[in-house]
Amino acid sequence: MRDVAIVAFAQSDCVRDAGARNEVELIMPVLQEVYKQTGINSAQDVDFTCSGSCDYQQGAAFAFVAGVDALGAVPPIKESHVEMDAAWALYESWLKIQMGQAESALIYGFGKSSPGELPIVLSQQLDPYYLAPLWVDTIAFAAMQARVMLEQGLITEAEMAEVVARSRKNAANNPHAQLKGDVSVDELLAEPEYESPLRRHDCCPISDGACAMIICTVEKAKEWGKPYAVIKGIDHRIETHHIGSRDLTQSISTKQAAEAAGVAQGPVDIAELYAPFSHQEIILRRALNLSDDTKVNPSGGVLAGNVMMASGLSRIGEVAMRLINGEGKRGVAHATSGPCLQQNLVTVLEAQ
Amino acid sequence: MSSSAEILSQAFTLGYTYTRSTGPIVGQFLTALRDRKMVGIKGSDGKVLMPPVEFDPVSAQALSDFVDVADCGVVQTWSWVSEPRKAHPSDKPFAWALIKLDGADTPMLHWVDADDAAQMSTGMRVKARWAEKTQGLISDINGFVPEATALSEDYQANEAEEPITGIDSPSYLTYNFTAGGATARYLAELKKGKLVGQRCPSCENVYIPPRGSCAACGVATTDEVELTNKATVESFTIVYIPIPNNPIKPPYVIANLVLDGANISFLHLLSECKNEDVRIGMRVEAVWKPEEEWGYAMENIQYFKPIDEPDVPVEEIGKLKKGGR
Ligand SMILES: [Zn+2]
Repeated sequence: MRDVAIVAFAQSDCVRDAGARNEVELIMPVLQEVYKQTGINSAQDVDFTCSGSCDYQQGAAFAFVAGVDALGAVPPIKESHVEMDAAWALYESWLKIQMGQAESALIYGFGKSSPGELPIVLSQQLDPYYLAPLWVDTIAFAAMQARVMLEQGLITEAEMAEVVARSRKNAANNPHAQLKGDVSVDELLAEPEYESPLRRHDCCPISDGACAMIICTVEKAKEWGKPYAVIKGIDHRIETHHIGSRDLTQSISTKQAAEAAGVAQGPVDIAELYAPFSHQEIILRRALNLSDDTKVNPSGGVLAGNVMMASGLSRIGEVAMRLINGEGKRGVAHATSGPCLQQNLVTVLEAQ
Repeated sequence: MSSSAEILSQAFTLGYTYTRSTGPIVGQFLTALRDRKMVGIKGSDGKVLMPPVEFDPVSAQALSDFVDVADCGVVQTWSWVSEPRKAHPSDKPFAWALIKLDGADTPMLHWVDADDAAQMSTGMRVKARWAEKTQGLISDINGFVPEATALSEDYQANEAEEPITGIDSPSYLTYNFTAGGATARYLAELKKGKLVGQRCPSCENVYIPPRGSCAACGVATTDEVELTNKATVESFTIVYIPIPNNPIKPPYVIANLVLDGANISFLHLLSECKNEDVRIGMRVEAVWKPEEEWGYAMENIQYFKPIDEPDVPVEEIGKLKKGGR
């Protein structure tokens, strides 16, 4: 596997409602920012472009095609799209570079969830015979998972609240975060239950926004003369859609992806984990076997702001930028998709 | 620079009126539901999977060995919905639960109709409450209830005999759609009876209606340019087919029109002319509705009509000078 460099990353603020901004108006500012960081002019200056988004979120058919208007695709560019989080668009781009079909790639993800009812929209990604017709939503699955863990003594409500308190505290230093501030575990535990056993703060907020990244071969990064972080390993695994056949108390697919990506091959200074619900951060820390020395979710993670279809790529971008800024030597980023952490992508990054 | 945009939004419902084929495995399960019976399927390891799946989740072997399962069982985990959403199967608070039916080895997801969260517990026994009329859908189970609940069994017997091979599964999602910033500014001007496009600061092309970017350059269109009512026919078609819910009676003409000063075309109707006289290069102008009927919509213009000006040569249409000037 050849090393792939991350040379630029930008993300918008996470906001509950982006109001009068369509997909191109959400995407363009982050694209301009990564062009500037890389010292290039446009998408014409990279070999490949790939995006991640889901039209159901805003209810605008082919919004992902309309998003291409942000790129300046004249003359035509090589372009692709995943109806998934843009972390998987990064994976596709990484493969292109591995195959020698590209030396550089632009990746972006965007999501405007405010026009719809996101948990209900996401219910329609489930099994179309057994689950989608019942409109069972993402929060319900997470709540049932949390109850299994609580009742089996694998987590406590206080541990869940600690995850939230640390997220809010870390997010105080993140200008893009939606939820931030000092809040104590006791204060959080005094809050009423929302969807039992979850409290509202155990669930990530709903956010609008976008992010973008530029990756390339190490040779290209040197040619551009920009600092970079290196992707040393990346892998993703999925578990069955038959929810009753899954062990909800652990994330087997994260473990498998972590092993294939080589997480255990060195100390992990920084980890950004895509845990949309507080108890899932605990599941992920265990699956990745992170030690207490690892700084987990220094950005606040997605409990502080969750742009569906962009948050996974942002976890990778957050780790890369921190490594570039000298906050650590080696980091792990995780992205997820589906109910109860069904699908997981793990990336291992190193400072230059 | 542009003025800040007013937020224009509109509620709408997006319907996906899908029908789905079930295949033999899901079909057999749904056929059993229609008869108010539960069937699971034996996995590669001999365990009974519920509801049945076509392929074993671990070995990926094709499965086919159906097993009768009871319509009652044990709650393995649950969540309590205190504020049901409109789409949810119950309009009063209820529980989602993973329920392991007697005779099955994996739990299935459904909902439980309980009085309150205090009535719910992991390990409690529940039974299916069958719908009065069954159709071969997962909702033939009208939720589960605590096992001690008395149920009237005043069911309509299922008389259908053909096995289920397909289901209707319409899905309606509601949204409050917001126009983008560029579109909102365009529509606000349109409401005042003005056609205002936006110019690309890089290539100077003028877009109407604008979408916020120059698709060719990938930069934001910022300068606003007021355009005239006059346009040239770039292309057209005569519609003979009646379109459901369209108040316009065929045959009528739809044309791609390039407004003077713009670089891209948009679609509108042509009228006040014989359909057979319409031609590429023809000069036309907008006929607006009475001012009191103007809204945030292109329908403010009723249609375009021909004007007495010489045709534009074909090779010049849509290839206006840079910036439309
Ligand atoms: Zn342009």
